[in-house]
Amino acid sequence: MSKTLYIDENVNDGIKKFLRCILENGKVKGVLTLINEGEKIAYSLISNPELIKYTVPLYPIMPLNAARSLSHITLSEPISEPIAVVIKPCEIRAFIELVKRSQGSVENIFFISFTCGGVYPIKMNVNGKINEKIDNFWRLIEKNEIDADLRASCKVCKEFIPYNTDMTIFLAGNKEINNQCRIFLNTDRAEDFAESTDGNIVQDKINTELIDELKVKRLEERKKLFEDKKIEKLGLEGLIDIFGRCISCHACGNACPICYCSLCYFDSQESEYKPVDYESELEKRGAIRVPPNTVTYQVGRLIHVGISCVGCGCCEDVCPSEIQLSTIFIKGSESIQEKFNYIPGKNPEELIPISTFDIKEFPEVET
Amino acid sequence: MEENFEPRLVGFMCRWCTYQAADLAGTSRMKYPSNLIPIKVLCSSRVDPLWVLIAFMRGADGVLVAGCHPGDCHYQEGNYHTRRRFVLVKNVFDSLGLESERLRLSWISASEGRKFVEVTSEFIKNIKEKGPNPAKKAIFL
Repeated sequence: MSKTLYIDENVNDGIKKFLRCILENGKVKGVLTLINEGEKIAYSLISNPELIKYTVPLYPIMPLNAARSLSHITLSEPISEPIAVVIKPCEIRAFIELVKRSQGSVENIFFISFTCGGVYPIKMNVNGKINEKIDNFWRLIEKNEIDADLRASCKVCKEFIPYNTDMTIFLAGNKEINNQCRIFLNTDRAEDFAESTDGNIVQDKINTELIDELKVKRLEERKKLFEDKKIEKLGLEGLIDIFGRCISCHACGNACPICYCSLCYFDSQESEYKPVDYESELEKRGAIRVPPNTVTYQVGRLIHVGISCVGCGCCEDVCPSEIQLSTIFIKGSESIQEKFNYIPGKNPEELIPISTFDIKEFPEVET
Repeated sequence: MEENFEPRLVGFMCRWCTYQAADLAGTSRMKYPSNLIPIKVLCSSRVDPLWVLIAFMRGADGVLVAGCHPGDCHYQEGNYHTRRRFVLVKNVFDSLGLESERLRLSWISASEGRKFVEVTSEFIKNIKEKGPNPAKKAIFL
Protein backbone atom coordinates (compact mmCIF):
# COMPACT_ATOMS: atom_id res chain seq x y z
CA MET A 1 0.00 0.00 0.00
CA SER A 2 1.18 3.46 -0.74
CA LYS A 3 -0.27 6.91 -0.58
CA THR A 4 -2.25 7.90 -3.63
CA LEU A 5 -3.66 11.22 -4.76
CA TYR A 6 -7.20 11.13 -6.14
CA ILE A 7 -8.36 14.05 -8.25
CA ASP A 8 -12.00 14.01 -9.35
CA GLU A 9 -11.44 14.87 -12.99
CA ASN A 10 -10.48 12.82 -16.02
CA VAL A 11 -6.77 11.99 -16.09
CA ASN A 12 -5.82 14.67 -18.58
CA ASP A 13 -7.58 17.50 -16.71
CA GLY A 14 -6.56 16.05 -13.35
CA ILE A 15 -2.84 16.16 -14.03
CA LYS A 16 -3.16 19.63 -15.56
CA LYS A 17 -4.98 20.82 -12.47
CA PHE A 18 -2.25 19.37 -10.30
CA LEU A 19 0.50 21.01 -12.38
CA ARG A 20 -1.28 24.35 -12.21
CA CYS A 21 -1.67 24.00 -8.46
CA ILE A 22 2.00 23.32 -7.73
CA LEU A 23 3.04 26.08 -10.07
CA GLU A 24 0.68 28.54 -8.39
CA ASN A 25 1.60 27.69 -4.82
CA GLY A 26 5.29 27.91 -5.66
CA LYS A 27 6.28 24.29 -5.03
CA VAL A 28 7.91 24.36 -8.46
CA LYS A 29 9.06 27.24 -10.62
CA GLY A 30 8.47 25.54 -13.92
CA VAL A 31 6.89 22.59 -15.65
CA LEU A 32 8.35 20.73 -18.59
CA THR A 33 5.77 18.91 -20.65
CA LEU A 34 4.18 18.73 -24.09
CA ILE A 35 2.39 21.69 -25.58
CA ASN A 36 0.14 21.00 -28.52
CA GLU A 37 -1.22 23.45 -31.03
CA GLY A 38 -2.50 21.53 -33.99
CA GLU A 39 0.45 20.00 -35.76
CA LYS A 40 2.89 21.96 -33.64
CA ILE A 41 3.83 19.79 -30.72
CA ALA A 42 6.92 20.05 -28.58
CA TYR A 43 8.31 19.74 -25.09
CA SER A 44 8.17 23.17 -23.50
CA LEU A 45 9.21 24.70 -20.22
CA ILE A 46 6.34 26.67 -18.66
CA SER A 47 6.48 29.11 -15.79
CA ASN A 48 3.14 30.89 -16.17
CA PRO A 49 0.29 28.87 -14.56
CA GLU A 50 -2.17 30.39 -17.04
CA LEU A 51 -0.42 28.59 -19.88
CA ILE A 52 -0.88 25.13 -18.35
CA LYS A 53 -4.19 24.95 -20.21
CA TYR A 54 -2.28 24.54 -23.48
CA THR A 55 -0.37 21.51 -22.25
CA VAL A 56 -1.11 17.90 -23.16
CA PRO A 57 1.03 15.96 -20.65
CA LEU A 58 -0.30 12.52 -21.60
CA TYR A 59 -0.58 12.99 -25.36
CA PRO A 60 0.65 9.84 -27.13
CA ILE A 61 3.37 11.50 -29.20
CA MET A 62 7.11 11.77 -28.60
CA PRO A 63 8.36 14.63 -30.80
CA LEU A 64 11.81 13.95 -29.47
CA ASN A 65 12.99 11.97 -26.50
CA ALA A 66 12.59 14.33 -23.53
CA ALA A 67 15.90 13.09 -22.15
CA ARG A 68 17.45 15.31 -24.80
CA SER A 69 15.39 18.31 -23.63
CA LEU A 70 16.37 17.71 -20.02
CA SER A 71 20.00 17.33 -20.99
CA HIS A 72 19.82 20.65 -22.85
CA ILE A 73 18.55 22.35 -19.70
CA THR A 74 20.94 20.75 -17.22
CA LEU A 75 24.13 20.15 -19.20
CA SER A 76 26.12 23.16 -18.03
CA GLU A 77 24.84 23.16 -14.45
CA PRO A 78 21.97 21.72 -12.40
CA ILE A 79 18.72 23.66 -12.28
CA SER A 80 18.71 26.07 -9.34
CA GLU A 81 14.94 26.06 -8.76
CA PRO A 82 12.69 22.99 -8.70
CA ILE A 83 10.81 22.08 -11.86
CA ALA A 84 8.30 19.31 -12.50
CA VAL A 85 8.52 17.21 -15.63
CA VAL A 86 5.82 14.94 -17.02
CA ILE A 87 7.52 12.48 -19.34
CA LYS A 88 7.32 8.88 -20.45
CA PRO A 89 9.09 6.05 -18.59
CA CYS A 90 11.66 5.47 -21.36
CA GLU A 91 12.48 9.17 -21.41
CA ILE A 92 13.33 9.11 -17.72
CA ARG A 93 15.44 6.00 -18.23
CA ALA A 94 17.30 7.63 -21.10
CA PHE A 95 17.88 10.73 -19.01
CA ILE A 96 19.32 8.67 -16.15
CA GLU A 97 21.70 7.09 -18.68
CA LEU A 98 22.73 10.55 -19.86
CA VAL A 99 23.29 11.67 -16.28
CA LYS A 100 25.57 8.66 -15.81
CA ARG A 101 27.55 10.03 -18.76
CA SER A 102 27.76 13.51 -17.17
CA GLN A 103 25.31 14.97 -19.68
CA GLY A 104 22.84 16.36 -17.18
CA SER A 105 21.73 16.39 -13.58
CA VAL A 106 18.60 15.19 -11.79
CA GLU A 107 18.95 17.81 -9.07
CA ASN A 108 15.77 19.84 -8.49
CA ILE A 109 13.81 17.85 -11.03
CA PHE A 110 10.48 16.45 -9.86
CA PHE A 111 9.67 13.46 -12.04
CA ILE A 112 6.09 12.61 -12.92
CA SER A 113 5.45 9.67 -15.19
CA PHE A 114 2.77 7.12 -15.93
CA THR A 115 2.17 3.50 -16.77
CA CYS A 116 2.70 4.12 -20.45
CA GLY A 117 0.41 2.92 -23.19
CA GLY A 118 2.89 3.86 -25.92
CA VAL A 119 2.99 6.63 -28.51
CA TYR A 120 2.18 7.00 -32.19
CA PRO A 121 4.85 7.66 -34.82
CA ILE A 122 5.41 11.40 -35.31
CA LYS A 123 4.32 11.01 -38.92
CA MET A 124 0.79 10.50 -37.55
CA ASN A 125 0.88 14.08 -36.36
CA VAL A 126 0.47 15.30 -39.94
CA ASN A 127 -2.89 16.27 -41.46
CA GLY A 128 -4.68 15.70 -38.18
CA LYS A 129 -4.48 11.91 -38.47
CA ILE A 130 -3.78 11.55 -34.81
CA ASN A 131 -6.97 13.39 -33.88
CA GLU A 132 -8.98 10.59 -35.49
CA LYS A 133 -7.02 8.09 -33.42
CA ILE A 134 -6.96 9.74 -30.06
CA ASP A 135 -10.38 8.59 -28.76
CA ASN A 136 -9.59 5.05 -29.74
CA PHE A 137 -6.23 5.36 -27.98
CA TRP A 138 -7.91 6.14 -24.67
CA ARG A 139 -10.46 3.37 -25.18
CA LEU A 140 -7.65 0.87 -25.68
CA ILE A 141 -5.86 2.19 -22.59
CA GLU A 142 -8.99 1.39 -20.60
CA LYS A 143 -9.17 -2.07 -22.12
CA ASN A 144 -5.43 -2.59 -21.53
CA GLU A 145 -4.85 -3.44 -25.15
CA ILE A 146 -2.18 -2.58 -27.71
CA ASP A 147 -3.08 -0.39 -30.68
CA ALA A 148 -1.67 -1.76 -33.93
CA ASP A 149 -0.74 1.73 -35.12
CA LEU A 150 1.59 2.49 -32.22
CA ARG A 151 5.32 2.82 -32.72
CA ALA A 152 6.81 -0.61 -33.34
CA SER A 153 9.05 -0.15 -30.33
CA CYS A 154 6.11 0.77 -28.07
CA LYS A 155 4.15 -2.32 -29.05
CA VAL A 156 6.98 -4.53 -27.78
CA CYS A 157 8.07 -2.39 -24.81
CA LYS A 158 8.27 -4.30 -21.53
CA GLU A 159 9.53 -1.43 -19.36
CA PHE A 160 6.37 0.68 -19.35
CA ILE A 161 6.34 1.06 -15.56
CA PRO A 162 8.47 4.08 -14.71
CA TYR A 163 11.55 3.81 -12.48
CA ASN A 164 12.88 6.66 -10.34
CA THR A 165 9.74 8.77 -10.41
CA ASP A 166 8.25 10.88 -7.66
CA MET A 167 4.76 10.31 -8.97
CA THR A 168 3.22 7.64 -11.16
CA ILE A 169 -0.08 8.27 -12.89
CA PHE A 170 -2.19 5.16 -13.24
CA LEU A 171 -3.08 4.75 -16.93
CA ALA A 172 -2.69 1.27 -18.43
CA GLY A 173 -5.85 -0.71 -17.76
CA ASN A 174 -7.46 2.05 -15.70
CA LYS A 175 -11.22 1.84 -16.26
CA GLU A 176 -11.86 5.16 -14.54
CA ILE A 177 -9.66 7.45 -16.63
CA ASN A 178 -12.67 9.54 -17.64
CA ASN A 179 -13.81 10.17 -14.08
CA GLN A 180 -10.81 10.10 -11.87
CA CYS A 181 -7.08 10.83 -11.93
CA ARG A 182 -5.12 8.49 -9.66
CA ILE A 183 -1.54 9.39 -8.92
CA PHE A 184 0.74 7.19 -6.80
CA LEU A 185 3.09 9.12 -4.52
CA ASN A 186 6.47 7.40 -4.43
CA THR A 187 8.54 9.88 -2.43
CA ASP A 188 8.20 12.24 0.55
CA ARG A 189 8.56 15.15 -1.82
CA ALA A 190 5.57 13.87 -3.79
CA GLU A 191 3.49 13.58 -0.61
CA ASP A 192 4.41 17.12 0.31
CA PHE A 193 3.39 18.37 -3.11
CA ALA A 194 0.15 16.39 -3.04
CA GLU A 195 -0.82 17.77 0.37
CA SER A 196 -0.51 21.29 -0.99
CA THR A 197 -3.19 20.62 -3.61
CA ASP A 198 -6.90 19.98 -3.08
CA GLY A 199 -7.10 16.32 -4.12
CA ASN A 200 -7.82 13.48 -1.68
CA ILE A 201 -4.95 11.41 -0.39
CA VAL A 202 -5.87 7.79 0.28
CA GLN A 203 -4.12 4.48 0.69
CA ASP A 204 -4.14 2.47 -2.50
CA LYS A 205 -1.90 0.13 -4.36
CA ILE A 206 -1.00 -0.32 -7.97
CA ASN A 207 -2.95 -3.12 -9.59
CA THR A 208 -0.19 -5.54 -10.48
CA GLU A 209 -2.61 -7.86 -12.28
CA LEU A 210 -3.30 -5.20 -14.89
CA ILE A 211 0.39 -4.54 -15.29
CA ASP A 212 1.16 -8.23 -15.70
CA GLU A 213 -1.69 -8.60 -18.17
CA LEU A 214 -0.28 -5.87 -20.39
CA LYS A 215 3.25 -7.17 -19.96
CA VAL A 216 2.20 -10.59 -21.20
CA LYS A 217 0.61 -9.01 -24.28
CA ARG A 218 3.68 -6.91 -24.98
CA LEU A 219 6.00 -9.87 -24.54
CA GLU A 220 3.89 -11.86 -26.99
CA GLU A 221 4.21 -9.04 -29.52
CA ARG A 222 7.93 -8.97 -28.88
CA LYS A 223 8.32 -12.67 -29.47
CA LYS A 224 6.26 -12.40 -32.64
CA LEU A 225 8.35 -9.49 -33.92
CA PHE A 226 11.65 -11.22 -33.30
CA GLU A 227 10.41 -14.45 -34.88
CA ASP A 228 9.18 -12.44 -37.84
CA LYS A 229 12.31 -10.46 -38.48
CA LYS A 230 14.91 -13.10 -37.55
CA ILE A 231 17.52 -10.46 -36.74
CA GLU A 232 20.07 -13.01 -35.58
CA LYS A 233 19.96 -14.68 -39.00
CA LEU A 234 20.51 -11.47 -40.99
CA GLY A 235 24.24 -11.72 -41.48
CA LEU A 236 26.11 -9.28 -43.65
CA GLU A 237 23.84 -9.84 -46.63
CA GLY A 238 20.68 -9.19 -44.64
CA LEU A 239 22.13 -6.06 -43.09
CA ILE A 240 23.10 -4.73 -46.51
CA ASP A 241 19.54 -5.42 -47.72
CA ILE A 242 18.08 -3.42 -44.85
CA PHE A 243 20.57 -0.56 -44.72
CA GLY A 244 21.08 -0.36 -48.48
CA ARG A 245 18.47 2.37 -48.63
CA CYS A 246 20.03 4.41 -45.83
CA ILE A 247 20.85 7.89 -47.12
CA SER A 248 23.47 8.57 -44.42
CA CYS A 249 21.59 11.57 -43.03
CA HIS A 250 22.41 10.39 -39.48
CA ALA A 251 19.02 11.58 -38.28
CA CYS A 252 18.72 8.39 -36.19
CA GLY A 253 21.83 9.35 -34.25
CA ASN A 254 20.63 12.91 -33.82
CA ALA A 255 17.27 11.76 -32.51
CA CYS A 256 18.76 9.07 -30.26
CA PRO A 257 18.78 10.16 -26.61
CA ILE A 258 21.89 8.12 -25.84
CA CYS A 259 23.97 9.25 -28.84
CA TYR A 260 25.29 12.40 -27.20
CA CYS A 261 28.81 12.97 -28.62
CA SER A 262 28.95 16.52 -29.91
CA LEU A 263 31.18 15.34 -32.73
CA CYS A 264 30.34 11.86 -33.88
CA TYR A 265 33.17 9.85 -35.41
CA PHE A 266 31.00 9.33 -38.47
CA ASP A 267 30.52 13.08 -38.94
CA SER A 268 34.21 13.79 -38.47
CA GLN A 269 36.96 14.23 -41.03
CA GLU A 270 38.57 11.10 -39.68
CA SER A 271 35.84 8.92 -41.13
CA GLU A 272 35.95 10.58 -44.57
CA TYR A 273 37.54 8.41 -47.23
CA LYS A 274 40.50 10.02 -48.93
CA PRO A 275 41.17 9.39 -52.62
CA VAL A 276 43.70 6.75 -51.67
CA ASP A 277 41.04 4.96 -49.60
CA TYR A 278 38.65 4.94 -52.53
CA GLU A 279 41.43 3.55 -54.69
CA SER A 280 42.18 0.71 -52.32
CA GLU A 281 38.49 -0.05 -51.81
CA LEU A 282 37.89 -0.11 -55.56
CA GLU A 283 40.77 -2.46 -56.03
CA LYS A 284 39.05 -4.92 -53.69
CA ARG A 285 35.42 -4.43 -54.66
CA GLY A 286 35.31 -3.00 -58.16
CA ALA A 287 32.58 -0.59 -57.05
CA ILE A 288 31.65 1.25 -53.89
CA ARG A 289 28.73 3.39 -52.82
CA VAL A 290 29.51 7.03 -52.09
CA PRO A 291 29.49 8.05 -49.32
CA PRO A 292 30.28 4.60 -47.94
CA ASN A 293 29.86 3.23 -44.41
CA THR A 294 26.10 2.87 -44.00
CA VAL A 295 26.18 -0.60 -42.45
CA THR A 296 29.30 0.34 -40.49
CA TYR A 297 27.54 3.41 -39.15
CA GLN A 298 24.48 1.48 -38.01
CA VAL A 299 26.32 -1.46 -36.47
CA GLY A 300 28.88 0.95 -34.99
CA ARG A 301 26.10 2.95 -33.42
CA LEU A 302 24.61 -0.21 -31.98
CA ILE A 303 28.00 -1.08 -30.46
CA HIS A 304 28.31 2.40 -28.96
CA VAL A 305 24.79 2.92 -27.58
CA GLY A 306 23.47 -0.65 -27.31
CA ILE A 307 24.30 -1.03 -23.64
CA SER A 308 22.09 1.96 -22.77
CA CYS A 309 19.43 1.74 -25.50
CA VAL A 310 16.02 2.21 -23.86
CA GLY A 311 14.13 1.16 -26.97
CA CYS A 312 12.19 4.41 -27.36
CA GLY A 313 12.05 4.07 -31.14
CA CYS A 314 12.94 7.68 -31.96
CA CYS A 315 15.56 6.44 -34.46
CA GLU A 316 12.97 4.61 -36.51
CA ASP A 317 10.51 7.46 -36.22
CA VAL A 318 12.80 9.99 -37.89
CA CYS A 319 14.19 7.73 -40.61
CA PRO A 320 13.26 9.23 -43.99
CA SER A 321 13.89 5.86 -45.66
CA GLU A 322 11.60 4.10 -43.19
CA ILE A 323 14.21 1.57 -42.16
CA GLN A 324 12.97 -0.60 -39.29
CA LEU A 325 15.78 0.44 -37.02
CA SER A 326 14.15 -0.06 -33.66
CA THR A 327 13.67 -3.80 -34.19
CA ILE A 328 17.39 -4.22 -34.83
CA PHE A 329 18.36 -1.95 -31.97
CA ILE A 330 15.95 -3.55 -29.52
CA LYS A 331 17.15 -7.04 -30.39
CA GLY A 332 20.84 -6.10 -30.40
CA SER A 333 20.70 -4.11 -27.19
CA GLU A 334 18.60 -6.75 -25.44
CA SER A 335 21.31 -9.33 -25.97
CA ILE A 336 24.04 -6.99 -24.67
CA GLN A 337 21.99 -5.87 -21.69
CA GLU A 338 21.17 -9.46 -20.78
CA LYS A 339 24.84 -10.38 -21.00
CA PHE A 340 25.76 -7.65 -18.51
CA ASN A 341 22.54 -8.09 -16.53
CA TYR A 342 21.79 -4.40 -16.87
CA ILE A 343 18.54 -2.49 -17.32
CA PRO A 344 19.39 1.00 -18.53
CA GLY A 345 18.03 3.78 -16.36
CA LYS A 346 16.72 1.48 -13.63
CA ASN A 347 19.23 2.20 -10.91
CA PRO A 348 20.96 5.61 -10.98
CA GLU A 349 23.68 4.32 -8.63
CA GLU A 350 24.70 1.44 -10.88
CA LEU A 351 27.63 2.16 -13.19
CA ILE A 352 27.35 1.64 -16.94
CA PRO A 353 28.81 -1.83 -17.58
CA ILE A 354 31.45 -0.50 -19.97
CA SER A 355 32.87 1.83 -17.35
CA THR A 356 33.43 -0.87 -14.78
CA PHE A 357 34.49 -4.54 -14.58
CA ASP A 358 34.85 -7.57 -12.39
CA ILE A 359 38.28 -9.09 -12.11
CA LYS A 360 37.00 -12.63 -12.55
CA GLU A 361 34.51 -12.64 -15.41
CA PHE A 362 34.11 -13.79 -19.00
CA PRO A 363 37.17 -16.08 -19.01
CA GLU A 364 35.68 -17.77 -22.07
CA VAL A 365 36.19 -14.83 -24.45
CA GLU A 366 39.95 -15.10 -24.44
CA THR A 367 41.22 -17.81 -26.77
CA MET B 1 36.56 -21.24 -51.32
CA GLU B 2 38.95 -19.29 -53.48
CA GLU B 3 42.06 -20.99 -54.78
CA ASN B 4 45.22 -20.06 -52.89
CA PHE B 5 43.33 -17.87 -50.46
CA GLU B 6 45.79 -15.98 -48.32
CA PRO B 7 43.92 -14.24 -45.51
CA ARG B 8 44.79 -10.73 -44.40
CA LEU B 9 44.38 -10.12 -40.71
CA VAL B 10 44.61 -7.02 -38.61
CA GLY B 11 46.15 -7.29 -35.17
CA PHE B 12 45.77 -4.59 -32.54
CA MET B 13 48.65 -5.33 -30.24
CA CYS B 14 49.55 -3.85 -26.89
CA ARG B 15 52.91 -2.11 -26.90
CA TRP B 16 53.88 -3.55 -23.51
CA CYS B 17 53.30 -7.22 -24.13
CA THR B 18 52.04 -8.72 -27.36
CA TYR B 19 54.06 -6.37 -29.54
CA GLN B 20 57.14 -7.30 -27.51
CA ALA B 21 56.23 -10.95 -27.85
CA ALA B 22 56.14 -10.54 -31.63
CA ASP B 23 59.58 -8.95 -31.41
CA LEU B 24 60.83 -11.77 -29.25
CA ALA B 25 59.50 -14.33 -31.72
CA GLY B 26 61.46 -12.52 -34.42
CA THR B 27 64.72 -12.26 -32.51
CA SER B 28 64.40 -15.91 -31.47
CA ARG B 29 64.05 -16.76 -35.16
CA MET B 30 60.70 -18.44 -34.79
CA LYS B 31 58.68 -18.53 -38.00
CA TYR B 32 55.10 -17.44 -38.32
CA PRO B 33 52.85 -16.61 -41.28
CA SER B 34 53.09 -13.01 -42.43
CA ASN B 35 49.35 -12.58 -42.98
CA LEU B 36 48.88 -10.52 -39.82
CA ILE B 37 49.23 -6.76 -40.12
CA PRO B 38 50.29 -5.53 -36.70
CA ILE B 39 49.05 -2.21 -35.32
CA LYS B 40 50.80 -1.04 -32.20
CA VAL B 41 48.56 0.45 -29.50
CA LEU B 42 49.61 1.75 -26.11
CA CYS B 43 47.13 -0.52 -24.38
CA SER B 44 44.61 -3.04 -25.66
CA SER B 45 41.94 -0.85 -24.05
CA ARG B 46 42.90 1.90 -26.47
CA VAL B 47 41.11 -0.10 -29.14
CA ASP B 48 37.72 1.47 -29.76
CA PRO B 49 35.23 -1.31 -30.54
CA LEU B 50 34.50 0.70 -33.66
CA TRP B 51 38.00 0.00 -34.99
CA VAL B 52 37.36 -3.72 -34.83
CA LEU B 53 34.14 -3.23 -36.77
CA ILE B 54 35.76 -0.93 -39.33
CA ALA B 55 38.60 -3.39 -39.91
CA PHE B 56 36.02 -6.12 -40.42
CA MET B 57 33.83 -4.06 -42.73
CA ARG B 58 36.74 -2.92 -44.83
CA GLY B 59 37.61 -6.50 -45.53
CA ALA B 60 39.98 -7.84 -42.88
CA ASP B 61 39.52 -11.61 -42.84
CA GLY B 62 40.17 -11.64 -39.14
CA VAL B 63 40.76 -9.14 -36.36
CA LEU B 64 42.98 -9.93 -33.41
CA VAL B 65 43.01 -7.85 -30.25
CA ALA B 66 45.85 -8.87 -28.00
CA GLY B 67 47.04 -7.57 -24.65
CA CYS B 68 48.54 -8.46 -21.31
CA HIS B 69 47.18 -11.22 -19.10
CA PRO B 70 44.51 -10.04 -16.63
CA GLY B 71 46.25 -8.46 -13.66
CA ASP B 72 49.41 -7.68 -15.65
CA CYS B 73 48.23 -4.52 -17.40
CA HIS B 74 50.88 -1.80 -17.53
CA TYR B 75 48.11 0.65 -16.62
CA GLN B 76 46.70 -1.62 -13.88
CA GLU B 77 43.24 -2.35 -15.31
CA GLY B 78 43.14 -1.50 -19.01
CA ASN B 79 42.75 -5.06 -20.20
CA TYR B 80 39.72 -5.67 -17.96
CA HIS B 81 37.98 -2.94 -19.95
CA THR B 82 39.20 -4.51 -23.18
CA ARG B 83 37.61 -7.77 -22.14
CA ARG B 84 34.21 -6.18 -21.51
CA ARG B 85 34.29 -4.28 -24.78
CA PHE B 86 35.24 -7.42 -26.64
CA VAL B 87 32.30 -9.26 -25.07
CA LEU B 88 30.10 -6.40 -26.24
CA VAL B 89 31.33 -6.44 -29.83
CA LYS B 90 31.09 -10.20 -30.05
CA ASN B 91 27.57 -10.04 -28.71
CA VAL B 92 26.50 -7.48 -31.28
CA PHE B 93 28.07 -9.56 -34.06
CA ASP B 94 26.23 -12.66 -32.86
CA SER B 95 22.90 -10.91 -32.48
CA LEU B 96 23.09 -9.66 -36.08
CA GLY B 97 24.33 -12.91 -37.54
CA LEU B 98 27.77 -11.54 -38.44
CA GLU B 99 30.71 -13.92 -38.26
CA SER B 100 32.06 -13.36 -34.79
CA GLU B 101 34.58 -16.19 -35.29
CA ARG B 102 36.62 -13.69 -37.27
CA LEU B 103 37.27 -11.75 -34.08
CA ARG B 104 39.70 -12.97 -31.48
CA LEU B 105 40.95 -11.75 -28.14
CA SER B 106 44.19 -13.18 -26.77
CA TRP B 107 46.40 -12.52 -23.78
CA ILE B 108 50.07 -12.80 -24.77
CA SER B 109 52.75 -11.50 -22.43
CA ALA B 110 56.10 -10.05 -23.52
CA SER B 111 57.90 -13.29 -22.75
CA GLU B 112 55.49 -15.49 -24.70
CA GLY B 113 57.05 -15.33 -28.17
CA ARG B 114 56.11 -18.97 -28.62
CA LYS B 115 52.48 -18.32 -27.73
CA PHE B 116 52.35 -15.43 -30.18
CA VAL B 117 53.44 -17.73 -32.98
CA GLU B 118 50.93 -20.38 -31.94
CA VAL B 119 48.00 -17.97 -31.63
CA THR B 120 48.59 -16.24 -34.96
CA SER B 121 49.26 -19.49 -36.82
CA GLU B 122 46.14 -21.10 -35.41
CA PHE B 123 44.00 -18.03 -36.09
CA ILE B 124 45.23 -17.82 -39.67
CA LYS B 125 44.60 -21.53 -40.15
CA ASN B 126 41.03 -21.18 -38.87
CA ILE B 127 40.38 -18.22 -41.13
CA LYS B 128 41.81 -20.09 -44.11
CA GLU B 129 39.27 -22.83 -43.52
CA LYS B 130 36.51 -20.26 -43.18
CA GLY B 131 37.34 -18.51 -46.42
CA PRO B 132 37.50 -14.82 -47.29
CA ASN B 133 35.44 -12.19 -45.51
CA PRO B 134 32.32 -11.51 -47.60
CA ALA B 135 32.55 -7.82 -46.63
CA LYS B 136 35.51 -7.56 -48.99
CA LYS B 137 33.30 -7.80 -52.05
CA ALA B 138 30.24 -5.93 -50.84
CA ILE B 139 29.46 -2.67 -52.60
CA PHE B 140 26.68 -1.28 -50.44
CA LEU B 141 28.51 -1.12 -47.17
